[in-house]
Amino acid sequence: MEVILQNLTKKFPSRDRKNREDVVAVSDFSFKIPDGELIGLLGPSGCGKSTTLNLISGLQKPTSGKIFFGEDDVTDLPPENRGIGLVFQNYALYPHLTVKQNILFPLQNLKGKDKISKTEMLEKAYKAAKLVQIDELMERKPDQLSGGQQQRVAIARALVKMPRVLLLDEPLSNLDARLRLQTREEIRRIQRETKITTIFVTHDQEEAMSISDRIVVMKDGVVHQIGKPQDVYDDPTNLFVAKFLGTPPINVFNGKIKDNRLYIGEDAVLEVKGVPEQEVYVGIRPEGFLLQEEGSLCCKLSGVEVMGRDVSVVSTNAASLNPTIRAIIGTENNVNTREGIVSFNLIPHKVFLFSKESEERIYF
Amino acid sequence: MMRKKLKSSSIKGWLYLLPALLFLGIFMVYPLIDVFVYSFEEGYNSASQTYFGVGSYNYSYVLHDPYFLQAVKNTFLLVIITVPLSTGIALLISVGLNSIKPLRNLFQTVYFLPYVTNTLAVGLVFMILFKKTAYSDGFINLIINWFGGSSIDFIEGPYWAKMFVLCFYTIWVVMPFKILILTSALASVNQEYYNAAKVDGTSKFRTFMRITLPMISPMIFYLIITGFIGAFKAYSDVVALFGTNLNAAEMNTIVGYVYDMLYGDSGGYPSYASAAAILLFAIVLTITCINLLISKKNVHY
Amino acid sequence: MDNKMNYDKIEKTARVRKRVISTITYVLLAFWAVVVLFPFYWMILTSVKSYGEYNSEYIPKFFTLSPTLQNYMDAFTTVPLGKYLANTVLFAVLTTAIMLVVITLAAFAFARLDFKGKNVLFVIFLSLMMIPNELVIITNFVTITNLDMRNTFSGLILPSVMSVFYVYLLKENFEQIPDSLYYAAKVDGTSDLKYLLKVMIPISKPTLITITILKVIECWNSYVWPRLITDDESYYLVSNGIQEIRENGFGRENIPAMMAAVVVISVPLIVLFLIFRRKVMEGVSRGGTKG
Repeated sequence: MEVILQNLTKKFPSRDRKNREDVVAVSDFSFKIPDGELIGLLGPSGCGKSTTLNLISGLQKPTSGKIFFGEDDVTDLPPENRGIGLVFQNYALYPHLTVKQNILFPLQNLKGKDKISKTEMLEKAYKAAKLVQIDELMERKPDQLSGGQQQRVAIARALVKMPRVLLLDEPLSNLDARLRLQTREEIRRIQRETKITTIFVTHDQEEAMSISDRIVVMKDGVVHQIGKPQDVYDDPTNLFVAKFLGTPPINVFNGKIKDNRLYIGEDAVLEVKGVPEQEVYVGIRPEGFLLQEEGSLCCKLSGVEVMGRDVSVVSTNAASLNPTIRAIIGTENNVNTREGIVSFNLIPHKVFLFSKESEERIYF
Repeated sequence: MMRKKLKSSSIKGWLYLLPALLFLGIFMVYPLIDVFVYSFEEGYNSASQTYFGVGSYNYSYVLHDPYFLQAVKNTFLLVIITVPLSTGIALLISVGLNSIKPLRNLFQTVYFLPYVTNTLAVGLVFMILFKKTAYSDGFINLIINWFGGSSIDFIEGPYWAKMFVLCFYTIWVVMPFKILILTSALASVNQEYYNAAKVDGTSKFRTFMRITLPMISPMIFYLIITGFIGAFKAYSDVVALFGTNLNAAEMNTIVGYVYDMLYGDSGGYPSYASAAAILLFAIVLTITCINLLISKKNVHY
Repeated sequence: MDNKMNYDKIEKTARVRKRVISTITYVLLAFWAVVVLFPFYWMILTSVKSYGEYNSEYIPKFFTLSPTLQNYMDAFTTVPLGKYLANTVLFAVLTTAIMLVVITLAAFAFARLDFKGKNVLFVIFLSLMMIPNELVIITNFVTITNLDMRNTFSGLILPSVMSVFYVYLLKENFEQIPDSLYYAAKVDGTSDLKYLLKVMIPISKPTLITITILKVIECWNSYVWPRLITDDESYYLVSNGIQEIRENGFGRENIPAMMAAVVVISVPLIVLFLIFRRKVMEGVSRGGTKG
């Protein structure tokens, strides 16, 4: 099912007594989600991603704008008529019901011509349970399950009535690190198998990058960028997106453009043709540094961390906005220093320039 | 050194507890033992403080006393009618309260008022509202007349009418506590469960039956148990409505019987009073145990 | 297109249903509010009707055009209502004050001090919570009678100054105060009593206030014990006073004056409640039952 968001806006009345202006949780969000894709809504807390999810589910009504599922305008439709499955952050499994009863619950709500027989219900419930691999646990109560198992039950409950759209609110945030890795693969697999359009919300960029077909980066209710994870990573439209994606995070410097050259401090580091002279922010991905003896960017070395296949060189530079600069280089490089100074050359497509005023990307 | 310190602090602990223990001993522990002793002393004379013998005569006297049997009947009727009714209505009102936003605080405050009023004083108002006198049929009869019924004296009239007033007033009095407990129980159910049910298209009724009720069932059972205990001890609201001569009004309760045996025109029999009080305690204990057993089977914690 | 129509219909029924349900809810809630408030309205209304007016209304009127305060004067002059009120205030204040001291000391011992037999004693305490008042009141009546304390304030007050439940409530509260505070005070050479007064009581003030309010309500409404222990009018509390007024007071039929007395008795607690609304409701939900 294709999901179309059209100029979606949600405002809340302000709770602040002094400042009566409405709080804009989602502002003018337009996006066409292709059928069968896995979409990650990504942003720091309070960015409006959960509100967006609630608008799609129908738990909240938009202030303006429209939502379509395929051809159907569902904007004013109550959630139960939208045909969605929703997995809550805390799973919201009914504690007094067994796993089986929890999964059966949505089916038992069906009325009129949608009503199905008991055996059919059980069949569907077991199918859903099998899909998420919890068919062994059907008679247990939620409090007898681990966090990962509860998560699966919640997904099974959302899937059992074959929703048109599956929504997941921070699906992995309550799991420990190891389970998180495992579960996100699981979500990807289930989504591939069912081919249900799936939208999930997360504040963890790694999580979103790793499994999404497309990610939507949001901040303060505004969509900053939409695209394939790798594209967004390689080609951020502004400083926020560049900083938000990637581990270790991007290194940001104060820089200036002069004579078609980019300067960081006193070092001329790159040729930039056709960019007007101005002060800029320079973002350099950790893998954008080449350790070279006569490199153009000189930094003061503070240490070298070897982490398996990678070596990260930690250094400082007066122009850097981060306290330390982290460069990742292959282990084949030897870190030669002269008097505690390391020098790098930069890989041009790993370097991004941003306007000092708007923080928007400057292309070169 | 250690031992000495321990000892002194031990004495200190008991010292702090001394007043509490003193009052408990004199007014609770001793009477508790004594009430059993009284109940088995036959022919106790409170003036001379002597008795003839020891046995179960007091119990058999009480159990054969028509006034006691009347009191037991009244009390059971009161309990069976008011406990389910008041809990049910309170649940209905609490669900209503929980579903609205404007005026909610106002309603909550109003509903709580009966809790802070003097039972005797407001009972008097109820008596006036229901009473039929030579001068006036009273307010309730006015309403009954509006609907085409004929006047009834609820205070000195037929038994069922008196029982009706008593039940009505009892429910009015116990409602604040139940509404308070149930509204806070309802408010503590995580909103996510309701959202989940909503997304799944669960009807309001089914959500209530399958999610809300099981989740607040511990509180409902708590209310039923305390409701039973409270209703079994009914007394002052009965006095408020029908005066102190409850036996004559056929409206005595078990507690009323105990006090009547103890004091007043028919008083001076602490042995009978004790036997009746212990019987009451036994009844309440039995019912509470049954309640607990049922709740263990049906309540989801 | 057909689908579209269908959706509009679903939307509309959902909206209509919501409105109907909310209307029914408000009607129901308002109805109960009327049931609760009406007796109060009636008692105030009746209390300002004159004796003659009230008795001439065969069909009671819902309002009065000539309100009078005469009944309130009667309530204070014909029967000793002022004396009843004063007795009740004295009874409530003394009982509550003594109880606070007793339970604070006991709760402190259970929460903070270590002594032999503490756990066993506490279990006994808890089991005493289940003993109904009706069971012990008989002997207490005999005890007080034998001690010749009938018709005295000590006879009224002493049996009610200990409450196991409040000890329990306060102990739970005391135990939430971190141990480190106690040890810090010990290092500074603070005595136990001073620590109780200077640290624990101020921290537990909200609970103490709750207990105070609940106890005052209980005292104001207490009927059974005062009735047993007093037959001299000059020791009557309001509950017994009202019963006395009803049976022998103004002559049975002066209902307006009776209602004036009822208003006077009810108002103090209602005012107290409206001032401490949140505290009272919170306290009651934590452990009050009526009866």
